[in-house]
Amino acid sequence: MAFESYQLKRADFIFKNENDWEKILSRTLSRPPQEIINELMSSELKGRGGAGFPTGLKWKLTAEESASVKYVICNADEGEPGTFKDREILSLVPYKVLVAMAVCGYVIGAANGFIYLRGEYKYLVPELNKAIKEFEYYCKEINHNFNISIFLGSGAYICGEETALFDSMEGKRGEPRNKPPYPTSSGYMGKPTVINNVETLAHTFTIFKYGAKKFYDLGVQYSRGSKLFSVSGDTPKPGIYELELGMSLQDFVEEFGDGDTKAVQVGGASGFLVPRKKFAETAIGYKGKLTGISLPTGGSMMLFNSSRSMYNVLDNYLEFFKEESCGQCTPCRVGCQQLYSGIKAVKRGEKPAQYLDKLLKLTETMQLTAKCGLGQSVANSFSSIVENFREEMIY
Amino acid sequence: MSEKINITINGMPVEVEQGKTILEAADQSGVIIPSLCYHKDLCVAGNCRVCVVEVVGQKRLSAACATPCEEGMEIRTNSLNVRNSRKHIIELLLSEHNADCTRCYKNGNCELQNLASEYKIMSQDFIPLAPQKKYTIDMFSPSIIKDNSKCIRCQRCVRTCAELQGVNALTVAFKGDEMKITTFFEKAMNDVVCTNCGQCINHCPTGALVERNYIEEVWEAIANPNLHVVVQTAPAVRVGLGEELGMQPGTRVTGKMVAALKRLGFDSVLDTDFTADLTIIEEGHELLSRLKKALVDKDKSVKLPMATSCSPGWIKYIEHMYPEYLENLSTCKSPQQMFGALVKTYYAKARKLSPDKIISVSIMPCTAKKFEANRPEMHDSGYRDVDYVLTTRELAIMIKQAGIDFYKLEDAKFDRLMGESSGAGVIFGATGGVMEAALRTVYAVVTGRDVPFENLDITPVRGMEGVREASIKIENPQPEWAFLDGVELRCAVAHGLVNAKKVMDDVAAGKSNFHFIEIMACPGGCLGGGGQPIPTSPEIRQKRAEAIYAEDAGMPIRKSHENPEILKIYEDFLIKPLGEKSHHLLHTHYVGRNRF
Repeated sequence: MAFESYQLKRADFIFKNENDWEKILSRTLSRPPQEIINELMSSELKGRGGAGFPTGLKWKLTAEESASVKYVICNADEGEPGTFKDREILSLVPYKVLVAMAVCGYVIGAANGFIYLRGEYKYLVPELNKAIKEFEYYCKEINHNFNISIFLGSGAYICGEETALFDSMEGKRGEPRNKPPYPTSSGYMGKPTVINNVETLAHTFTIFKYGAKKFYDLGVQYSRGSKLFSVSGDTPKPGIYELELGMSLQDFVEEFGDGDTKAVQVGGASGFLVPRKKFAETAIGYKGKLTGISLPTGGSMMLFNSSRSMYNVLDNYLEFFKEESCGQCTPCRVGCQQLYSGIKAVKRGEKPAQYLDKLLKLTETMQLTAKCGLGQSVANSFSSIVENFREEMIY
Repeated sequence: MSEKINITINGMPVEVEQGKTILEAADQSGVIIPSLCYHKDLCVAGNCRVCVVEVVGQKRLSAACATPCEEGMEIRTNSLNVRNSRKHIIELLLSEHNADCTRCYKNGNCELQNLASEYKIMSQDFIPLAPQKKYTIDMFSPSIIKDNSKCIRCQRCVRTCAELQGVNALTVAFKGDEMKITTFFEKAMNDVVCTNCGQCINHCPTGALVERNYIEEVWEAIANPNLHVVVQTAPAVRVGLGEELGMQPGTRVTGKMVAALKRLGFDSVLDTDFTADLTIIEEGHELLSRLKKALVDKDKSVKLPMATSCSPGWIKYIEHMYPEYLENLSTCKSPQQMFGALVKTYYAKARKLSPDKIISVSIMPCTAKKFEANRPEMHDSGYRDVDYVLTTRELAIMIKQAGIDFYKLEDAKFDRLMGESSGAGVIFGATGGVMEAALRTVYAVVTGRDVPFENLDITPVRGMEGVREASIKIENPQPEWAFLDGVELRCAVAHGLVNAKKVMDDVAAGKSNFHFIEIMACPGGCLGGGGQPIPTSPEIRQKRAEAIYAEDAGMPIRKSHENPEILKIYEDFLIKPLGEKSHHLLHTHYVGRNRF
């Protein structure tokens, strides 16, 4: 199967400093809500936080709910290891996010928005509050009623999962809820809620300003638009890059690798590890016609060169997950502990190499049965690393 | 009428009401889906994942307990995928569990053990995780033992403590591999707001929460020829014990229970129902005296509504949560403690026994009673009034250990002196029972007539509604109670501490105009007590309640004040209700406690 696009193309929308946000806001607010939804839907923007749910559809479903109170929440609980783009957006172009939230509130009928900010990003609060104040002042001037407040997380990785985030905001222990009901019908405080990632909201600003076509023209089929990538690891140029979706990993490595790239972890600790031999056949985008893999989380790209032990990499990921699982559901809580103890036992020779196959079977169960998106994806790194670097696990 | 939708379960067409979960749909069509964190008394958690099923067309498996049925759903509960996943999950739970089953108190009555047996988990492939975690067993409470090494984190106890009881003594703390069920600041159970009600034990699927048992102590006392061992049995035990011995819920086993106790070797088998009747006399007069002070003497210091004090879980709850309302509690001891105080005084004297040679044992549907017997106030006989409290479950264990074929036992009768009771004493075991018994007596004392209800059945206070209200208008009273003429006696009944909270919040807000409230800590009253057979469910409690009321209906005496032994004890010993002896032996005081 051929790809529509192989090429790595840079884009520059997110961090482009637009000095006309007031104009964009009032112009967009003067359009009928349905038109805004249609525009978003035709752009084919998908959530940039991880799950890739179509943004326009999310807004549409929430707008259709009849409740009198609804909420807009910006998910800024950026906790995936190797992801650091949202804090950059909030520091450099916060107004894009604020405009998007206000427009969303207008479309769905919500008067209140919250930014759920990762606890470690507390230092952003003063500047962000200044931006919010300025923004709300302008909203008042144009007689638009929309309030935004910041809610600081307390450090649990799981609270980035949308329903755990609601529980956390409600003052409860942050644990993912059963779905259905989905947030579009019952989210924060049981009210219909749109919850979008910081980057997703920033992209909607681009769409409001330049129109859906401009966005749609970027990327490839099923993976439209551009995306921020947090590039880290063994690379001469770590940082945040906005790239069009659909590029091949080969291209990516040629651009960012150090010439000795052995593998790339795509999508953070809960994503997949792609070994060198699969770079060419892997495209970066959402699941669809692409043969490659999706972006399960936020666009983290961690490069590893041949000096790295994949056992250590996996050990590190699993240690993270056994601590950061919320602990409520069996497959994730116990599964992570078993994977973590399991690779250690194999390495020490306490369990035979075939035990890895038993654990691979276990990862299938974890994917099938865990309660939330995190639990379903924690084992991705295990299965992709063990399948591709089995010998490093054993010897 | 809610809309019906059509689904298939394992290819079998099923019609279900809209909104039902897959688990409920399967249940109604005779398909069993195993579950652990699900319990009929509690909200859905969906966290153990044992109940996963396949919904055709979906990539992942769904938790049957948490997934509502949708039109056209094709559900497979026993596909290879489901079986393998389920087995994995059970193996995972076992790997984290201290699976030393033969040394576990719940051996033979453990939901995890049953699942392991069903799925024939014969080998241990996964690495045992329990030994790596440094667990300690909390044995500080006289009622409840908490062993985290056996906990499977289903959170049933947490939901029980929050939803049924509103106490929140147990909660989830930490995350990931360190996630556990614990208390405020990880204090011991006897150091927190825990009311010892034992509902967490009743809802725990494994041996993580069990009662502190005193079986060996009681065997030793029985075996000691120098001791006279007296046993009393609470009203709810006789409608629960059968379940623990293989009978259907709602089986009345009073006669067999008495026979079994005699075979176990107790020197005298007596009835807590006797002191239940006594409680009614004392508490009824206390209520009337409070009403008189309030209505005739216009004494503003009299606290109304008066609340019942039979349930030690409720007592500890109010001591923690509403310490400013302790004076609203009746000063009457619970029937267990009245019995204990009388055994080592009245009974000892009548039987010419030295009280220090008497061991008084009580069989209770309750774990809070263990705490109550341990209270420093409960030594009014000069000795510890009740030495050992056993739950219904512990009694069943003793019966099994003694090799008694319970089914074949001939009915026996309670021994005399404190063994006679009325139907009013029996219904203490059900929510609303104390109220009904009290009304039967109070109304008769005041008017000289029976309560104006058919067959003395005061149906408005019966049932399983969380809070129930009733009122009786007093007309044509006896001359000495003339001040009550035309007074409408307003009562409320609540069971489950979350309902107690509703009533007390109304009292605190000044919105309550009741004279008398009955509160039982456990759902359904004592028949749903924390010491009763496991499992429990609304249906099982309903069956036990029916049995209690049937027992009452079949009693020759239905009113406490007509119990001849009660008349005799006042004649021979107590002289009069609320008299000096009563005050000394049958009444008590309470202590305010902190919430934290």
